[in-house]
Amino acid sequence: MENVILQKEKLPEFIKNLASNHIVYGPTKEDGYSIFRHIQESGELNLKYLLTRVSPKSLIFKQTETLFKFTPGRKGSVTSSDIYEEKSVIFAIRPCDARSFKILDPVFDGDFEDPFYISKRKNTILIGLTCNKPERNCFCTSLDDSPGSKENVDILFTELDERFYVEVVTEKGKNLIDSLSSLFDKSSSDEEDAKKNIVNSSIETISRQMKQKGIVSKLDNMFDHELWVNTARKCIGCGICTYLCPTCHCFDMQDESTLSEGARIRVWDSCMYPEYTHHASGHNPRPTRMNRVRNRVYHKFSYFPKNEGVTACTGCGRCIVFCPVNIDIIDLIDKVEVLAE
Amino acid sequence: MTVVNPYSPLSATISEIREEAVGERPIKTFKLVLDDEEEKKNFSFVPGQCVMVSLFGSGECFFAISSSPTQKDYIEVSVLRLGKVTTELHQFEPGDSVGLRGPYGNHFDVKGWEGKNLLFIGGGIGQAPLRSIINFTIDNREKYNNLSIIYGARTTSDLCYKEEFEGLRKRDDVTVHLSIDVEEEGWDEFVGFVPDNLKRLNPSPENTIAITCGPPIMIKYVIQNLLELGFKDEQIYTTLEMRMKCGVGVCGRCNIGNLYVCKDGPVFSYEQLKNLEGDM
Repeated sequence: MENVILQKEKLPEFIKNLASNHIVYGPTKEDGYSIFRHIQESGELNLKYLLTRVSPKSLIFKQTETLFKFTPGRKGSVTSSDIYEEKSVIFAIRPCDARSFKILDPVFDGDFEDPFYISKRKNTILIGLTCNKPERNCFCTSLDDSPGSKENVDILFTELDERFYVEVVTEKGKNLIDSLSSLFDKSSSDEEDAKKNIVNSSIETISRQMKQKGIVSKLDNMFDHELWVNTARKCIGCGICTYLCPTCHCFDMQDESTLSEGARIRVWDSCMYPEYTHHASGHNPRPTRMNRVRNRVYHKFSYFPKNEGVTACTGCGRCIVFCPVNIDIIDLIDKVEVLAE
Repeated sequence: MTVVNPYSPLSATISEIREEAVGERPIKTFKLVLDDEEEKKNFSFVPGQCVMVSLFGSGECFFAISSSPTQKDYIEVSVLRLGKVTTELHQFEPGDSVGLRGPYGNHFDVKGWEGKNLLFIGGGIGQAPLRSIINFTIDNREKYNNLSIIYGARTTSDLCYKEEFEGLRKRDDVTVHLSIDVEEEGWDEFVGFVPDNLKRLNPSPENTIAITCGPPIMIKYVIQNLLELGFKDEQIYTTLEMRMKCGVGVCGRCNIGNLYVCKDGPVFSYEQLKNLEGDM
């Protein structure tokens, strides 16, 4: 598909046009951190800081979501279970965050089909933004990804001085660009080369590497290793790693109701909490923090690869950046690498 | 286009409630009938499978279906009063409504086990999924060889399905061995734990499949004793439970290793479990 150029001065018009028939989400600055918000105009965007605190996973797999409504009680019944469809665009999503949807797809759109996830995924156009300034704890390259990867987006923007180089990746992306073709100029091989340079210098600034090759078989022999006890000593069980992780997908389902109406609501849950697995009988298969820390690491680096053929990590680094006690997943996996021998 | 919402349950009505166990640990069996005739006709399951039962306003629970699929037009679940939803359900009366989704999970290999001796070893509420396959094999009696049941509970008031066991005892093609954990007046059968009763009865592993369900500690010692009796790993089956929310392998909490009990189970062979490292 033909790649194009968007002059930066035309970005406001581009966003305005998108917003006229889509819900547009973009990274905005808020209280010193960055977060994806529903935006109306480009002035709200903050394209400098790309690692939003909460990953844009929350736009497709909502933190809270009504599954259906009911009348409560012994004569209760379902009153509505509709799935709403709305067209949206996630603008300036980083390639690693876009990849999280590819990782989550088999969970929500595999043997079991989750219509809430699927309808949002299907109706959302992902416009990526090449990462030109990776963060200190970024390690997407360890997971075969790249700061300029266009594999998991519909369109990829790369910021060049006063213009964006716009790579049109999918049919969905092409249709969008075609519908606004008057805003774009033709691109040349100069822009392509400029993008390559940006990506290469980005890759050079990624200083951290995770040794995760062959991790599945290494973990097979380490279930009872004291590493998990030692790591768990530090963990305070706050669960922030799971809430900010772009590939964590655990949820709880809770009923909220008054006397006359109610709804079953899905909310993100965390495997770091003891209640998560606590049986009504009192039995808990993961009673200690050791069990829970171990399960989280195994889920990402053993169970998920075994079930879905891919490591459930994008290398975004959020769990490292925001862990209040500095548990570092790269260090942990490096320890597995060393101890497994 | 109407998209199916798999989280939204079908409406069902409780048509009958039986008290199975009384006292501190009450168990009731609820007979559930789907309200929609078409859905009722289409609902089919195999012994071992489970359903999600919804109480609107309280939540959902994952229960093994305790009736046999040979009984058409309804399903039964046997429920121990324990947590929020089950305590609420125990206050329900015939005519009350619940939500139902499923059936979920894998099932006992009732086809593959034709021609074999089946040995059922249950403890407490763990008899619920076994009741489904027991009644199924009784209704297809000619397809199976010897059927024997070893079942125990803490006290006589904790024993489930007492009348049904009396009925089975009148037949000469199934044997029933009951036990309670501690001595009670008027009890003339085995006193002690289920694994000990199993050992005492010394069943032959020859052409036999042993299926056990009960509290985790009972399952552990039953399996240990079965192995001592000469049963091979692949002759031993159990059905497990975990705290669950979605029932379809998405919400994450019921895993043992990389397997989800709701989706990849709840029925596991010991051959599978033995090689599975995970929190149980």
